[in-house]
Amino acid sequence: MVQVRIWGSLAAMTEDQTEVEIEAGTLRELLDGLAEKYPAIRPQLDRGVSVAIDGRVYNDSWFTPINPDSEVVLLARLKGG
Amino acid sequence: MALDDKQLYQTREFKVVGTRVKRPDGIDKVTGKARFGADMSAPGMLIARVLRSPHAHARIKSIDTSAAEALPGVHAVLTRADFDEITDDDFTADILDNCMAGEKALYDGHAVAAVAANSPSVAKAALKLIKVDYEVLPHVTDVDAAMAADAPVLHEGRANETVPAGMSPNVLSRYEFGHGDIEAGLAKADRVIERTYRTEATHQGYIEPHACLASMGADGQADLWCCTQGHYMVRNTCAAIMGMEQGQLRVTASEIGGGFGGKTTVFLEPVALALSKKTSRPVKMVMSRSEVLRATGPTASSSIDVRIGMTKDGQITAAFAELRYQGGAYPGSPVEFGSMSAFAPYDLENVKTVGWDVVTNRPKQAAYRAPGAPMAAYAVESAVDELAKGFGLDPLAVRLENAAREGTRASYGPTFPAIGLEATLRAAKDHPHWSAPLGENQGRGVACGFWFNFGGDTCVSLNITPDGTVTVSEGNPDIGGSRASMSMMAAEELGIPYEQVRTIVADTGSLGQNEVTDGSRVTFAVGLATIEAARAAKREMCKRAAQVWGIDEDAVEWEDGAARPAGPNAGKHPPMTIKEIAAIASNTGGPIAGHHEANPEGAGVSFATHMVDTEVDPDTGAVKILRYTVFQDAGKAVHPDYVEGQFQGGAVQGIGWALNEEYIYGDDGVLQNAGFLDYRIPVASDLPMIDTVILEIPNPGHPYGVRGVGETSIVPPLAAVANAVSEAAGVRLTQLPMSPPKVLKAVQGL
Amino acid sequence: MSKIHVTTSVNGDPTEFLCDADETLLDALRDRLGMTGSKEGCGTGDCGACSVTVDGRLVCSCLMLGAEAEGREIGTIEGMAKGDQLHPLQRKFIEHAALQCGICTPGLLVAAKSLLENNPDPTEEETRYWLAGNLCRCTGYDKIIRAVLDAAQEMREAS
Repeated sequence: MVQVRIWGSLAAMTEDQTEVEIEAGTLRELLDGLAEKYPAIRPQLDRGVSVAIDGRVYNDSWFTPINPDSEVVLLARLKGG
Repeated sequence: MALDDKQLYQTREFKVVGTRVKRPDGIDKVTGKARFGADMSAPGMLIARVLRSPHAHARIKSIDTSAAEALPGVHAVLTRADFDEITDDDFTADILDNCMAGEKALYDGHAVAAVAANSPSVAKAALKLIKVDYEVLPHVTDVDAAMAADAPVLHEGRANETVPAGMSPNVLSRYEFGHGDIEAGLAKADRVIERTYRTEATHQGYIEPHACLASMGADGQADLWCCTQGHYMVRNTCAAIMGMEQGQLRVTASEIGGGFGGKTTVFLEPVALALSKKTSRPVKMVMSRSEVLRATGPTASSSIDVRIGMTKDGQITAAFAELRYQGGAYPGSPVEFGSMSAFAPYDLENVKTVGWDVVTNRPKQAAYRAPGAPMAAYAVESAVDELAKGFGLDPLAVRLENAAREGTRASYGPTFPAIGLEATLRAAKDHPHWSAPLGENQGRGVACGFWFNFGGDTCVSLNITPDGTVTVSEGNPDIGGSRASMSMMAAEELGIPYEQVRTIVADTGSLGQNEVTDGSRVTFAVGLATIEAARAAKREMCKRAAQVWGIDEDAVEWEDGAARPAGPNAGKHPPMTIKEIAAIASNTGGPIAGHHEANPEGAGVSFATHMVDTEVDPDTGAVKILRYTVFQDAGKAVHPDYVEGQFQGGAVQGIGWALNEEYIYGDDGVLQNAGFLDYRIPVASDLPMIDTVILEIPNPGHPYGVRGVGETSIVPPLAAVANAVSEAAGVRLTQLPMSPPKVLKAVQGL
Repeated sequence: MSKIHVTTSVNGDPTEFLCDADETLLDALRDRLGMTGSKEGCGTGDCGACSVTVDGRLVCSCLMLGAEAEGREIGTIEGMAKGDQLHPLQRKFIEHAALQCGICTPGLLVAAKSLLENNPDPTEEETRYWLAGNLCRCTGYDKIIRAVLDAAQEMREAS
């Protein structure tokens, strides 16, 4: 199981939990698992998210491996100027 | 792509990277030969002009184009009715609506029709013949006013699930970040301050107005030339709006005369394509400066509440901010990033930010250099400064005491890897600027800033020519010297002189998808792809040498521009240079190239500390910038001149934001200062030299340690200048810009 | 609308063009003569990207009519280098990395050349005030000022 940290306003979609546990070995499994377990989070996933894994930011790469002890944080989709 | 070992930083001795070579486009740009957006023409081309709404908010009841169409020389008039509606993609539908208004004009300057004619004067005359029947509606341009329950409403039903029931329909999203317990933290403080700060909308202010030249044939194939930060984005967006296949539209990026985020979307291009389709002629469009200011993206204006608690020895016990940003007439103000970045420089046990995205009757905001972060940093760094000075503490020491470092849990969630904030603060503390004496009416301010970086889709193709020189094709417009950086990284990796590599920005037909030049990503991501492309070419060249020598390719290594036998069984062969390998390429398997396509992840975050001295004239309220020093972590400065240039340019844009620049709306909702005379950006005589100190704390996720440097430099200056002005004036200002009338009022205690 | 026939000199070359009565010199240079080195950043004389010289005097070509070029000597960025010999200012702009995007560069070079013709030994402050009519949004002016002062020194030493 991977511990995923959820940002504040998103916790309303995860039954007010700011940390949730998802069975996942890759980024894709993580996002699929989140959507399955907490369907209310889907609109935000559709709008786009980035994921910080051990402090590094990932935007899209489905098959990025995630270790069970990795720090995983869901972030708003990053962009810049 | 997951991070693999190749991407990870390894210490190395650089030969080309870190030197100050001459940029490859230098001569074209100092002789006037370089071709920017408006510098292209085509045989038989028409000129198009746009009719814009004079009202801040109005229902478009009807548009009568018959008189304009009848004018000799007019070839087509275009309105929204000429576009198919987009029903499955709100993001693109909003872009189309911004390019050409639908049911309503949503801001002063909103495009409502366009004319293509055989000359500029005919196009201009035709605009006057278009009759638009408007029903003028009540409008709102202020963010706080737009949140009020009885505010005029722009759109119904656009709020997402995060917005509590009962709010104005102008409030579209709510964001919340943070951890810990704010109230418990504040209870431990010796002092808690609560302040409200306001910043005005500012424009990116690139000197080159938007321009494009579109040509579409009867077979549906089209070519488009335009100034943009991302021609692949232009292709994809225009194809979606025009209902075209992406492969049928080839976009070539001109040289780009500044962007700063403002050229990461489209304004004219779909209109030009549609007019070209309608007329079967090439169509050229160029905006005037007033159109740029009225109708292209400024950044958000903001209203921000901050509550911070501090102990008397300078420990921040809790920090809270509520940020309200208006992003113009459509969703997407950068309040999300403001909320994430506001407290990023601090290691905090209790921190929370709440952000609100609000629409108003203003032009659709576009990204502006570290979108959303400068105003958040202005509010937070002003409050931290006031607390520190209130306790008689050194503001740099307080920031060091509370600084985020490796292992800190960031206010927006993750734990920081190696970061450079502390290094910038220590460098600032040790710099002679910090201890230099100040005179009467003078003050010194410091502030920190943070910005993310990211990777994104990237393609690079590197070709070894038959004479052994190298060409690199990349897909990101060169906005500040990146062709030089790519050539340098290719030369470094191949072990050849910089002069033997030439980098070009290829059109959309030549490479795969490339993300826009934004997010400070180019030197990081395109650099990474360039290094990988060079490594692929090296592997191939080693293989060719191995064939010639009749040895195993694993027994060949690349060093200093040549393949060399390596290992005990390789035998004795003289090194085979890139030139020698290139010369026999046809005989050893054909042309040699390396390419790399990836979505590189693992970009490093970036921090800066700025220090500024100001003098306030107590009689006029005018502020003079006396001295300015930027301290920023670049990871690795590939071309130090252009890194310094990014630091200096960002600092000066921030100075403009702090002191002069603002969108001024009248009660009628019409922009009152749509020109460079009244929208005053900093000029040479406003400024001193901008000193820079480059820190190099390698990004662990890049083989050379590179971090993006382009955006962070605009984050600290608003607060740094505000802190300096407050010290010089002897009174704290909480609104930007600190223009002379506002400063004078504050000084005189009015 | 009948056009006006203009006989002038551009960068020393005898030149003729037809233009509308209300057409700016900038538009005539760019659209009639294909000299797109001068840029339009504002069209109101505020940004200096269209700087040219007329009989040796620095002007914004967006504030002058094409018809007013009759009988004058116009100098533009295209005439600044002599063959492959860059003007010292052009060389110093490249050496000092005094350009990022490059859109303001032609106007700044024309204005800086005019400064050095009027004042071969300007102070930093004089340079900053002379160039205050040329907006640059990328560089913060630091490297531009350094390039101009360095070019001035080199030109003084050479003369």
